[in-house]
Amino acid sequence: MNAPTIELVDIYKSFGSTRVLEGVSLSLFPGEVQSLVGENGAGKSTLVKIMAGLHLSDKGAVRMNGQDVLFRSTSQAQQAGVSVIYQEPTLFRDLSIAENVFMHRQPKTAYGWIDYAEMSRTVSQHLKQLGVSLRPEDPVLGMSIADQQIVEIIKALTFEAKVLIMDEPTAALSGEEVKRLFQVVERLRDKGVAVMFVSHRLEEVFAISQRITVMRDGRVVGSGPLKEWTTDEVIRKMVGRSLEALYPKEKVEPGKVVLRVRDLHRAGVFKGISFEVRAGEIVGLSGLVGAGRSEVARAIFGIDHLDSGEVLIGDKALSNQTPQTAMAAGIGYVPEDRQQQGLVMEMTVTRNVTLTVLHQVQRFGLVSRKKEREIAARWTQRMQLKGHIEEPANILSGGNQQKVVLAKWLATQPKLLIVDEPTRGVDVGAKSEVHRTLSHLAQQGMAIIMISSELPEVIGMADRVLVMHEGKLTAELARSEATEEAIMFAATGQTGSIGDKEAKATSNGQP
Amino acid sequence: MTMEPKSSLDGQGWLNALVRSREVSLVLLIAVLTALTTVLNPRFVNPQSLKDLMLNVSIIALLVLGQTVIILMRQIDLSISSIVGITAFLSGTLFVNNPGIPSVVVVLIAVLAGLLLGAVNAVLIAWGKIPALITTLGTLYIFRGANYAWVHGRQVNAVNVPGSFLAIGTSTLAGIPILTWIVLILLVVFSIGLRQYRAGREFYAIGSNPTAAVLAGINVSRRLATGFVISGAIAGLAGALWLARFGTVDATAAEGIELTVITSTVVGGVAITGGVGTVVGAFLGALLLSVFSSTLVFLRVPSFWQQAFQGAMLLLAIAVDAYLAHRHALHSRVRWSRV
Repeated sequence: MNAPTIELVDIYKSFGSTRVLEGVSLSLFPGEVQSLVGENGAGKSTLVKIMAGLHLSDKGAVRMNGQDVLFRSTSQAQQAGVSVIYQEPTLFRDLSIAENVFMHRQPKTAYGWIDYAEMSRTVSQHLKQLGVSLRPEDPVLGMSIADQQIVEIIKALTFEAKVLIMDEPTAALSGEEVKRLFQVVERLRDKGVAVMFVSHRLEEVFAISQRITVMRDGRVVGSGPLKEWTTDEVIRKMVGRSLEALYPKEKVEPGKVVLRVRDLHRAGVFKGISFEVRAGEIVGLSGLVGAGRSEVARAIFGIDHLDSGEVLIGDKALSNQTPQTAMAAGIGYVPEDRQQQGLVMEMTVTRNVTLTVLHQVQRFGLVSRKKEREIAARWTQRMQLKGHIEEPANILSGGNQQKVVLAKWLATQPKLLIVDEPTRGVDVGAKSEVHRTLSHLAQQGMAIIMISSELPEVIGMADRVLVMHEGKLTAELARSEATEEAIMFAATGQTGSIGDKEAKATSNGQP
Repeated sequence: MTMEPKSSLDGQGWLNALVRSREVSLVLLIAVLTALTTVLNPRFVNPQSLKDLMLNVSIIALLVLGQTVIILMRQIDLSISSIVGITAFLSGTLFVNNPGIPSVVVVLIAVLAGLLLGAVNAVLIAWGKIPALITTLGTLYIFRGANYAWVHGRQVNAVNVPGSFLAIGTSTLAGIPILTWIVLILLVVFSIGLRQYRAGREFYAIGSNPTAAVLAGINVSRRLATGFVISGAIAGLAGALWLARFGTVDATAAEGIELTVITSTVVGGVAITGGVGTVVGAFLGALLLSVFSSTLVFLRVPSFWQQAFQGAMLLLAIAVDAYLAHRHALHSRVRWSRV
């Protein structure tokens, strides 16, 4: 085997009294993609930040090509050839692609001025090589996350990165975009770059890597070539106990129709959307990013305007399209982006949970702290929230934040709950807890619409799967028919004869 | 990944870009305004009123340079008017107490004093981590209060200031006042600095995305501090020039001009949220406001309306920006949906 490009030897790191890394050793090899997996809080991010020069380790050594190095700043790490791509690209949206790539190290002309021509030349070469039709002068403002990651990768390329670390780069990408990102990564790998891929998505981990390393509680608990691993083995190492099942779906006999939508239409976004959801049923809403799934959910909840169509709860049509009406009728909506739309990050858990039910916690027109706490305690206990309810939401982990959002909507005791990407960015352990909660709620008679980009999640949790493609429903699959192939087939619009409205997928065979 | 070519640089793209450029639209606005007023009152364009216009705009335009650097970083400096007040009186006192002192020395001392006062802001904001709005609001009052205590009702009069120094504010070179030349030269210097040097681009980077700036290896605290020191030094220079322009200085000199400066900067297209704008745009913003007030005077609009118009202009500029941003967002959403 080749000598490692970068080596971490016995790294220790604490923040205050919290031990985050306890003797981690890890080596990245040239021409190899190594995946780093582990639950949130396992120490992956801290490890990445040490390699990126954002944190210094308390003890232990970092070696590049056998030499001890010390990264005191991100630029030192970059100079040494370590580039990091974060989940959310960290770009200057007001500046051009070329400026983003070369910020703080722009080439200079003989007069000491910035050499913009040289910057454009270099960046456009890279863009061409990657097969992307962007121009170096284009501003980052308005670019898709996938395009922004391309900019980050070009940045890494211009540093002549020998080590490329990608911290959950695919979290916000659609299937097609992930595929293209992987092509780029494979090209870099073949050029001899040592790549580290940090991800929660195990399918991707198995698709891209040659080596898998699992962390738990600040330690490396397993590492080896791809062929030594199975998905079950990885999950078992991650959680340190055998997971009962990632998708603990209980069988429920569907009850009365709770939600019926007829011919929903919003110009340029979706059209001809009709379906119903019964009590006790989990209906998966699948499709590629941008197919209009979240938009349909937002329209049902009254956030976005409908051009035509009807939303009925029970037998009653909603009188107008506002979230207030939707909530009064018994709809709850857990949005995709919990940090921006789901939570007030600075407020306490209590305050967040009771936001939806402020009228219940009033006394003489003022908010009663006591009632607030009662309600918050009741629903967070049911969600098995870890952490104190008087702490601000922003110190919780992703999984626990999602539980707070769920608790907030459960407090309204909805008949229909719409959850949009309920487990995005949530670790495996918390994921199965969220799934168990959803399953439990359905069993108690709640109707649930679950939007998800993760096919295993949809297949594992849904009683029925609706698939959208470019604003239309292209398939309705029963639990028994819902395979990854069938869903992808419909999601990519390869439906042939199937009409907009009679979206029965009976004719849907293999692609 | 967006695969289709965008239209902005193809075909007639340059025309589009021209109209969308804030600088070009400001120049057009100024031209239209001047033309309209000249039609209504032909005396509007004559050498004397042009000279007055240039003198009126110069000190504001100078302060706008420093403020642009600050606002680009998503910060604000309210204290500049008080720094101008102190350094204007300081310059006058130097002439009164030291007859025969070279003007250059006085200007340098004023700049140095401004720089030191700016450094107070810099330390509090960059290393004390106190928001700039609060810090400079505080120092606005502190510096002005200290100035009142020091001046103690006195006044510097033009008779005590050497004529050679006052000439900065009165004589012209090629039809343009010396004062205006100074500002124009600094405008070129700032424009090149912000465009052609790494340090300049880093001001943009910090305002555009502070987190990304740290990740790019930029020393954000030091840049922030540099910005406030520059703004202070510029205010110090403006103080000396204030004396040259007006001759008479008391404790109230330059009171309230920080708001005009900030308005000009924002009207000139420097986004209050940082990362966007140029000093040329900001300069034109100051010019537009100045032309606008002259227009109101020439059209015999009661003076108390002027402030209202200035405020309306600010809101209009921000509304236009918001509208353009909204359109851009819509545009990119359409592009995304086709991905």
